[in-house]
Amino acid sequence: MQNAPLRYAVVVQGGPYSHQAAHSALRFARAVIAAGHRLQTVFFYHDGVYNASRLAAPPQDEPQLREGWQALASEHGCELLVCIAAALRRGLIDEGEAARHGKPAHSLEAPFVLTGLGQLVQAAVDHDRLVTFSP
Amino acid sequence: MSEETAPAMLVILRHAPHDSSWLREGLDVALVAAAFGQRVTLLFLGDGVEALRPGQSAGALGQKGTHPTLDMLAMYDIEDIRVDRDSLERRGLTPDALGWTAAPVDVESLPALIAGSAAVFNF
Repeated sequence: MQNAPLRYAVVVQGGPYSHQAAHSALRFARAVIAAGHRLQTVFFYHDGVYNASRLAAPPQDEPQLREGWQALASEHGCELLVCIAAALRRGLIDEGEAARHGKPAHSLEAPFVLTGLGQLVQAAVDHDRLVTFSP
Repeated sequence: MSEETAPAMLVILRHAPHDSSWLREGLDVALVAAAFGQRVTLLFLGDGVEALRPGQSAGALGQKGTHPTLDMLAMYDIEDIRVDRDSLERRGLTPDALGWTAAPVDVESLPALIAGSAAVFNF
């Protein structure tokens, strides 16, 4: 019997290329969708915020994590939310915040969105499942 | 469902202060959840119990201490604070020696606590 589709949220707390967590999270996200469920929200927290950097230039023969998240957003409409408090202190900053803080460049852009921790709490309330990937 | 019977969000804190930002960022989630009207249970487990030692002010490296944050829990109506008894004993601590009131729980009770929670955040 086909199980009813569930609404999933994924929390990523591991940095890219440092820990398995980020790689596993992306593979899990794809598997959730392949199994017929809905992945609505990905929330990046702790060192997971580094996954959102638009300046990362990984070797071409390694998994392209950032492109993977972007593809999920464009193909399946899932939100890529980045905790603003965790991001700003780690140098992940969008154009608006860069201007506000007088920084010479920005390292984060759509489809990644800076947001508050309240969205993580809301994700726990709004989804059937919240699965966390930590180092 | 009334607020009293709604399952709480469980925030598990497993890291000591100062060495990493896990404890601080975990406490931030607890405070924000409470500010958003969620009932929150805090569980100090493993090295996380070190956070309850008295005097966790700013460290030698200048990071903010977690002491002031723990003092704010009551203000956010976070009153269900539990600490793993086994983790305390392994570190030579007793509930009386802690700087904050936390209810000691036995490891056997943890599966039911986790299963009965609305969401689990593990830091």
